[in-house]
Amino acid sequence: MTSIGTGYDLSVSTYSPDGRLFQVEYAGKAVDNSGTAIGLRVKDGVVLAVEKLTQSKMLVPGSNLRIQAADRHIGIATSGLLADTKHIVNRVRDEARSYRDIYGIPIPAKVMAERLGLYVQAYTSYSSVRPFGCSTLIGMVDEDGPQLYMVEPSGNFWGYHACAVGKGKQVARTELEKLKLADMTARQAIKEATRVIYTAHDEAKDKEFELELTWISDETNGRFERVPKELVAEAEAYAAESLSAEMDDDE
Amino acid sequence: MAPSLKSGEVNLGTTIMAVVYDGGVIIGADSRTTTGSYIANRVTDKLTKIHDRIYCCRSGSAADTQAVADIVHYYTQMYQVQHNAAPTTQVVASLFRELCYSNRNNLMAGIIVAGWDERVGPSVYSIPLGGSIHKQAYAIGGSGSSYIYGYCDANYKDHMNREEAIDFVKKAIALAMSRDGSSGGTIRLAVITEGGVERMFVPGNQLPTFYEG
Amino acid sequence: MSSVNFKSTRATQAATPITHSGGPVVTGTSVLGIKYKDGVMLAADCLASYGSLARFRDVDRLQPVGEHTVVGASGDIGDFQYVQDLLEKSMIHEFYTADGHALATPHIYSYLSRLMYQRRSQMNPLWNSYLVGGLNDSGEPFLGYIDLIGTTYQSSTIATGFGAYLAQPILRKAVEGRENEITEEEAIKIIDDCMRVLFYRDARSLNKFRRAKVTKEGVTVTEPYSLTTEWGFAENIIGYGA
Repeated sequence: MTSIGTGYDLSVSTYSPDGRLFQVEYAGKAVDNSGTAIGLRVKDGVVLAVEKLTQSKMLVPGSNLRIQAADRHIGIATSGLLADTKHIVNRVRDEARSYRDIYGIPIPAKVMAERLGLYVQAYTSYSSVRPFGCSTLIGMVDEDGPQLYMVEPSGNFWGYHACAVGKGKQVARTELEKLKLADMTARQAIKEATRVIYTAHDEAKDKEFELELTWISDETNGRFERVPKELVAEAEAYAAESLSAEMDDDE
Repeated sequence: MAPSLKSGEVNLGTTIMAVVYDGGVIIGADSRTTTGSYIANRVTDKLTKIHDRIYCCRSGSAADTQAVADIVHYYTQMYQVQHNAAPTTQVVASLFRELCYSNRNNLMAGIIVAGWDERVGPSVYSIPLGGSIHKQAYAIGGSGSSYIYGYCDANYKDHMNREEAIDFVKKAIALAMSRDGSSGGTIRLAVITEGGVERMFVPGNQLPTFYEG
Repeated sequence: MSSVNFKSTRATQAATPITHSGGPVVTGTSVLGIKYKDGVMLAADCLASYGSLARFRDVDRLQPVGEHTVVGASGDIGDFQYVQDLLEKSMIHEFYTADGHALATPHIYSYLSRLMYQRRSQMNPLWNSYLVGGLNDSGEPFLGYIDLIGTTYQSSTIATGFGAYLAQPILRKAVEGRENEITEEEAIKIIDDCMRVLFYRDARSLNKFRRAKVTKEGVTVTEPYSLTTEWGFAENIIGYGA
């Protein structure tokens, strides 16, 4: 980090001489330290999965959710500072509500991504605030079908077929790129998502983690839902099997 | 108790109508505007463009309905640039509904919203005085409409073609104009389809005629 | 000029009393509700009147809310649609809160009653009477009434509007004390018999109804249906008795 000590990383409202905003880049580091979050957009739905690293064995399972609903048709998976993600989720909910109030229909994915991107960007422009230390995956099914967007701390956002953020993003992206997403059902994507999360998990550094799995698909009638226990068990068995097969190959 | 016109206020006495047919929607209106029993304008245009393929038919207070239509027009322009797509008729009707309902104690506005959109094709919504919203196959409104409910119910058919639908609207409005003192003048029509909007006009001396005894 | 206008404006204002609220405009008539063995049954016709004009004839006045509740509305349809939007918003809020808690019938009833009382206290009431039907926390049938001044009560039979005069006596006779015996089949007969009476004697009614039932299995609302009616006896009634 050559920038450290130069003074150009102290305020988000000051550029470095080569045109960078170090505070925004540091916010990206906060995301990189977090458990992996992935999203898969397939032919009949979207699957969101998160490797929620367990801080303490005394935590109640299912607490500190990192995937949450923002409307019936919106799932939000986050990676980064947990407190920031909660603020983001609240914002997404407010946008979803206000859109319904004005237009009387559910908000489309593109509009939601644009509005959240705009909001996050504003926190990169004033010296009195800090950028959000989180990236947000927006998984939705709108009138044009399944949609997946990711909003970064800079306020940049793109639409994806599949994306990954957090600690294991490199491994996860490599795995996701191999998948034939356009031919896949959400039911199949649940298995692959689980496998990718287990593959990206670094057992040497992080021991315990809780798998968060959600989907929105034709099978859930276009509604955000947590994946039922049976399907999670099935997916975990599939993941364990393919991981051990991989280990055998390595030997 | 619904709001009433203030003394001297310009009233679109009015007969307005919109009908869904196979492939599009026909809207129509008379052209009379009155203050009391004086005809302030005999060639009014009560068919108001909200977006490329979405129109509204206005009845009630001219001032109120123009104000509401202007606001919804503004909203739909914002919608177009923000979504890079045309709003659906449903969205436009919801905007009208919101304005009409939340100001129901101060507005005299009975509005029909009709249009064509990519999502559902042709559709018609009625927003009467209390600010409720009703999706309909065809809608009639304004003071003249009460005289033609029987005619319309007897003659409306699902899946009309363009010519049948135009004929239906033209005759219905002419009948209302002949019995309602607050409706009259000419008939203005518009055909809204995927291809765009075609406006038509029936002069006051070439209206369809019926029994006049 | 302006002073003349000022005076005439003052005069007009003095002549026009200040009003805080209009009245119902597009209206729905009675809603009926009864408790029976498996739950609660509600019914309403499909008419939205505009004064005496039967203006909209396919209006749905029975709204399922969540898994085990139906709200039935009489009175202003614009206000009902506003309440539908509010309930939808509450259900979405409840959905994403995801704390394992669901809005059950008594909660919806309480929410609606507070809303109605708040609005009447602001001198701007929602011009409706509501029936809320469903199951309480212990899974027993729940049926409650709320009106535009915030009145609430629960009973095993309730009827709003004209139904309060015409249907309520019939419902009481058929249901009270027998709530746990009445089968779905019998409940349908009781309700339909009352809806028929209302169609005969309520000048703002329509022979096109929907019926809703709430049981442990959830909510079902029927498609619109009509009842058979009897007019044959009229043929022999000639003259007015003079």
